[in-house]
Amino acid sequence: MTTEQVSAAESDSSAVAEQASDVPVLEVRGLGRQFGSVVALQDVDVALRAGEVTCVVGDNGAGKSVFIKMLCGLIRPSEGEILLDGRVTEFASPRQARSQGIVAVYQDLALAPMMSLWRNFFMGGEPVKGWGIFQRFDVGYAKEAMQRELEKLGVNLGDPDRAAHTLSGGERQGLAIARAMYYGARVLILDEPTSALGVRQSGAVLRLIRRAAQRGTAVVLVTPKPQHAFWVGDRFLVFQRGRLIEDRRSETLTLESLSYLMAGGGEVDELETAIATA
Amino acid sequence: MSLLQLPAFGKARPWVRTAVLRPELGSLVAAVLLLTFFSIASSGAMLEIPTLARVLDTAWPYGIIAVAVGLLMISGEFDLSTGVMVGTAGALLGVMATEWGMNLWLALLLSLLICLGLGLWNGLLVVWTGLPSFVITLGTFFGLRGANVALSKYFTGDALIENIDEAAGFDSLHAIVATVFGTAPSDFRVSLLWWGGFTLIATWILWRTKIGNWIFATGGDREAARAVGVPVNGTKVGLFMLTAGAAWFVGVSNAVRYTSVQAGQGVGAEFFYIIAAVVGGCAMSGGRGSAIGPAIGALIWGIAFVGIPHAGWNSDWRWAFYGVLLLLATLINHIVGERVRTARSG
Ligand SMILES: Nc1ncnc2c1ncn2[C@@H]1O[C@H](COP(=O)(O)OP(=O)(O)OP(=O)(O)O)[C@@H](O)[C@H]1O
Ligand SMILES: [Mg+2]
Repeated sequence: MTTEQVSAAESDSSAVAEQASDVPVLEVRGLGRQFGSVVALQDVDVALRAGEVTCVVGDNGAGKSVFIKMLCGLIRPSEGEILLDGRVTEFASPRQARSQGIVAVYQDLALAPMMSLWRNFFMGGEPVKGWGIFQRFDVGYAKEAMQRELEKLGVNLGDPDRAAHTLSGGERQGLAIARAMYYGARVLILDEPTSALGVRQSGAVLRLIRRAAQRGTAVVLVTPKPQHAFWVGDRFLVFQRGRLIEDRRSETLTLESLSYLMAGGGEVDELETAIATA
Repeated sequence: MSLLQLPAFGKARPWVRTAVLRPELGSLVAAVLLLTFFSIASSGAMLEIPTLARVLDTAWPYGIIAVAVGLLMISGEFDLSTGVMVGTAGALLGVMATEWGMNLWLALLLSLLICLGLGLWNGLLVVWTGLPSFVITLGTFFGLRGANVALSKYFTGDALIENIDEAAGFDSLHAIVATVFGTAPSDFRVSLLWWGGFTLIATWILWRTKIGNWIFATGGDREAARAVGVPVNGTKVGLFMLTAGAAWFVGVSNAVRYTSVQAGQGVGAEFFYIIAAVVGGCAMSGGRGSAIGPAIGALIWGIAFVGIPHAGWNSDWRWAFYGVLLLLATLINHIVGERVRTARSG
C-alpha cells in the first residue's frame, strides 16, 4: 500500500484528532529498564500523537515488548519518565493505565471461551440498571451497545449470544479492539496482533487498526512483518539491542528500506559480507 | 461493508453450542428419562404423590447446597467442607439453644455468622495461598469434623443434641423453615419453597447481574478477568461464603425439623453436592454451568434414592448408580470442553 493511501486515510480523521495531534498524548523521556544486569531498554525518547499508528519494529530481544509493557503499566521503568498529556505520570498497574485510556490488547486475548460475546465484551465493566438489590446487568443495552461499537469498526460477528471460543483469531482481535475503543482508548497498544493470522484476517485486523487511528486514537503496534507495518504505519520506531536507533515517518521510507531496517539494518550488510567471504 | 465476515458458526457443532449455552439441558433429559424408567420398573408406583413427596424431600437439602456449590464450581473452585458444615450449623444452634438457653432466633443469627466466617476463612486462604481449594477445604473438613463432635460432647456430654423444641422462639422458627403442607405420606415441607426460591435467585444472579458475569469470567479465564478489572478474589471469597451459608441453612432447618442434631452428621455429603453440580452440567474446570442444573442434579439423586427400592432392587445400588452417573456426566462435560478448546485453536 502506498503512502498516499495512508495519508488519504489520515485526512478523513476528525478535526478533533488533528488538533489533538499537536500535544502528544503519551510521551516518554529517557525511558530505560534493567533486569538485574541485563539492560533490556535504555534512553528511549518518543512522543505518541493522536490519530497516528506507530509501529515498533526490531529484532528478537530488541526490547519491543519491554517498551510497550512499560507504556501500559505492566512493567515499571527503572529510568526515565512517562508523560500523559504533557504531565508526568506513573502507572502502578495495567488497570490504572486502562483507567487513563491506555489499553493493551494482548496476543493471548482476554476472553473467557465459554462466555457469550456480549458477556466478554463487558467483562469487568458491566452496564447496570435498577437500584439496590434489584440492580441488574443491562443485557439489552449490552448487546445493542456491543453491536453498535462493532458496526462503527465495520466488524460483523453475528449472533451476540455465541460463545467466544467460536470466534476465529481475527474476529477475536476485532472484538478486543472494539472493546478497547468502547472504553474510550486514547492509546491502543497491540503486541503482534497478526502473528497467528492468515493473510485475509491480517488484512482485516490492520484495517481495524487504521480505523481506530482515524477515530483519533494513538495506536502502538508491534509487528515483525514489514508488509503489515508498512501498510498500516505512519511512523516507525526501530529498536536494536535495547536502543531506539531509528524514528522515521512513513513518507521517508519505501517498503524495501523498511524491510532493510527491520531486518537489523547494518547487520544485514554484515551478514551478506560474512556469507560472501565464507 | 463488513471487514470481518462470519464463517458460519465457527467450527463448533450445534450440540456443542447447545451444551455451552444450556449446560443444564443434559441433566433435565436424564431426570425425565430416569423418572420414566423407574415409573415403568415400579409399575407406576413412582408417580404416586407419596412417592414424589419422598423424592422431593430427599432432594431438597442436597439441592440447596448443590446450587451454591455449582456457582462456586463455575468460578473454578471446590468446597469439601460443605457436608460437615451442615453438622456445624446444627450443632451450634443446638448447643446455644439447649445448653446456653439462648433464643433460637439469636442462635440462628450467631450460627450464621460463624458459618459465614468459616466460609470467609476458606475463601481467604484459597486466594491468599493460591493452593488448590480441594486441599484447603479438605483441611477445613477435617477440622470441623473433629470440632463438631468434640465441642458437642464438651458442652452437652454427648454427640447428640436434643430437645431443641424446648427453646424459646421454636414455634416461629419452625413455621418458617419446617412447616408441612398436606398430611403424611403426601406431605411437602416448606423447605421445597426455599429450595425453589434459592435456585431462582441464584439463576437470576448468574445470568442477569454483574456478579454473575464475574463468576463466569473468574472461572472462564482468571487472568483475563483480572486484567479487565473483575474482582476475581472477591468473587471467590463471596462464593465460599455462599456455600457455607447454604450449608448453614440446611443444618438449622434440619435441627428445627427433627428437634435434635447428630453432631457427626453431614460427613460424606460434600461429594453429593459436587456430583449434583457436575451432573447438572457445571464444568469442574470452571467457566460453564448454571444454577438450575445442580438443582436438577439433586433431583436426580432423589429419584434414584427413592426409585431404586421401588423398582425392587437392593437400595445399596444407589451408590453405584450415582458413581456411574458422575462418570457419565464428567465424560460429557469433558468432551464438550475438548470441543471448545479445539474450536478455539482451530
Ligand atoms: N522479565 C524479564 N526478566 C529478565 N529479562 C527480561 C525480562 N523481560 C525481557 N527481558 C530481556 O529484555 C530483552 C528485551 O526483551 P523483549 O521481550 O522486549 O524483546 P522483543 O523485542 O519483544 O523480542 P521478540 O521479537 O522476540 O518478542 C531481552 O534480552 C529479554 O531477555
Ligand atoms: Mg516481544
